[in-house]
Amino acid sequence: MPRRFASRNDNYTFIMNRIQEKIKEDKKLLSIYFTAGYPKIDDTVSIIQNLEQSGVDMIEIGLPFSDPLADGPTIQASSTQALKNGMTTELLFEQLKNIRQSVRIPLVLMGYFNPIFQYGVDAFCQTCQDIGIDGLIIPDLPIDVYEEQYKATFENYGLINVFLITPQTSDERIRHIDSISKGFIYMVSSASVTGSQSGFGEAQRRYFKRISDMQLKTPQIVGFGISNNETFTQATQHAKGAIIGSAFIKHISKKGINTISDFIKLILN
Amino acid sequence: MNYNINTRGYYGEFGGAYIPEMLYPNVEELRQNYLKVMDEPEFQKEFNQLLKDYVGRPSPLYFAKRLSEKYNTKIYLKREDLNHTGAHKINNTIGQILMAKRLGKHRIIAETGAGQHGVATATVCALMGLECIVYMGEIDIARQAPNVARMKMLGAKVIPALSGSRTLKDATNEAIRDWINNPIDTHYIIGSVVGPHPYPDMVARFQSIISKEIQWQLQEHEQTSQPDYIIACVGGGSNAAGAYYHFLEDTDVKLIAVEAAGLGVNSGESAATSVLGREGIIHGSKTLLMQTKDGQITEPYSISAGLDYPGVGPMHSHLYKTGRAEFMSVTDDQAMTAGLELCQLEGIIPAIESAHALAVLEQKSFQPNAIIVLSLSGRGDKDLETYINHFKL
Repeated sequence: MPRRFASRNDNYTFIMNRIQEKIKEDKKLLSIYFTAGYPKIDDTVSIIQNLEQSGVDMIEIGLPFSDPLADGPTIQASSTQALKNGMTTELLFEQLKNIRQSVRIPLVLMGYFNPIFQYGVDAFCQTCQDIGIDGLIIPDLPIDVYEEQYKATFENYGLINVFLITPQTSDERIRHIDSISKGFIYMVSSASVTGSQSGFGEAQRRYFKRISDMQLKTPQIVGFGISNNETFTQATQHAKGAIIGSAFIKHISKKGINTISDFIKLILN
Repeated sequence: MNYNINTRGYYGEFGGAYIPEMLYPNVEELRQNYLKVMDEPEFQKEFNQLLKDYVGRPSPLYFAKRLSEKYNTKIYLKREDLNHTGAHKINNTIGQILMAKRLGKHRIIAETGAGQHGVATATVCALMGLECIVYMGEIDIARQAPNVARMKMLGAKVIPALSGSRTLKDATNEAIRDWINNPIDTHYIIGSVVGPHPYPDMVARFQSIISKEIQWQLQEHEQTSQPDYIIACVGGGSNAAGAYYHFLEDTDVKLIAVEAAGLGVNSGESAATSVLGREGIIHGSKTLLMQTKDGQITEPYSISAGLDYPGVGPMHSHLYKTGRAEFMSVTDDQAMTAGLELCQLEGIIPAIESAHALAVLEQKSFQPNAIIVLSLSGRGDKDLETYINHFKL
């Protein structure tokens, strides 16, 4: 059976998609999350281009959902506003249609399962491949359901599924997640929803060390609780990179999207 | 055909545990332990003792003579309205608080819409001396002031849900977020047969006392343990699940589930999930769900705050899909009229939720010798203001 992994705009394959290329680079990675359709409905492409030009290594594009269970107030509010602005799955795909003409860094879509399920998982994955999306993060798609029902589809369209681990995840489960992960593991820094932490304490340092000592084959990128240079540096001491979401959304809601590079400079300085 | 849950946590294609990894340890701990704990003789003993002495069970199975004459059939009312705190909700909260204690949890969270489940949770927390936090939509807090006051008197902390539509589904989201933030010491008492596995099954088992009693009570009245029909209202579906439970596999017993049509099924202001919903994922469960074409969860409407949930428990989705239960819908007006009728024929003021089940008697005709058991899930005290406004009393 011919594999459909070659995407239209480049020669990367599933065996080595943009995420896998990126994690081979000898540097700590900065990934930024934003909610599509926020602050303005048409900001999506500008935000992505701005982020790449500012030196960001990877972007998570949030597909807004009415009931984002794992998110704190900042991302909830941005999702509600994005939906009010009229964001839909189809519109987001339309906005991203030509994104690979201007953007080279890995792009990951992050969304809750219901809108993807309604779109049709196969159709969703196919459109992602056509656009040049590299991976998906679907927090409420359980691992067993993914493995039994959707793994083949994701792989068929060259998409990497990113799994989460938390301080409460058992070693055994982490080993399993490591064995089925192809890109990176999304390491949730603490028992919390997004945007609820400021700074890392002793418990987190022990957790970072514990995971580091497990010597997993899959690199980890830390998310939740990273908002500035200090927390970025702490998070990436053991891990390959870090993800900033709520702090970035707060920045663009206050300062607008034209000052994105100022925000990124402060993180990476 | 199997109508109960399978070992993987599904009713047919519905159910499962669609939860973020952050919730996995909590839900998994519960999944691994709930059946074991419920089977312990000590647990059973304490549960049954509290149901008897504290809740006041068994609740009567009352032959409603004048109502039966009017509809020319035999109607029995299962009087869950006579339970302590005024509804069937307490059966579940008693069970779950005992479960929480055995799992070593000392902090209890819950969601509530109209406030009935919140009151039932605050009640058992006071009984056990456990900390209680109830999430309630900001809009519901404003329109259900007496229940907010009850919860506070019982020592609970009521936290307004300010996100989304600020009603029941958002209160549920907030409770889930709280559980994510407090994964070690906290138990989440879900109020209906919804949420990730094992909640739908655990809550159905705690509520199954309703159908267990119906069996022996009907035997006393009619020399048979099998009614011809069981009628119950369905929001999330916990009183219906309890009333159906021991009859699920007995297909001689016809099950009727009554949803709230609000202003009319096609009015845009409705909560009739089986008609208006499609398969989707809400609060960790794959089930029928009211949503936009794009998969955003929509806000239902019913005059009854206990029925306006955009989803329905996965058991009920399965009963609908397989045709095991007949689903009917009843408008605000029909329910209110049926509620007032019960007051005047039987001297019982029903909760508006239960009044939806009563309205079926007007819509559907039954044979004169048919035995009908109707779950009178709650009393109408909490709904007085709605009755007053509706009938200009």
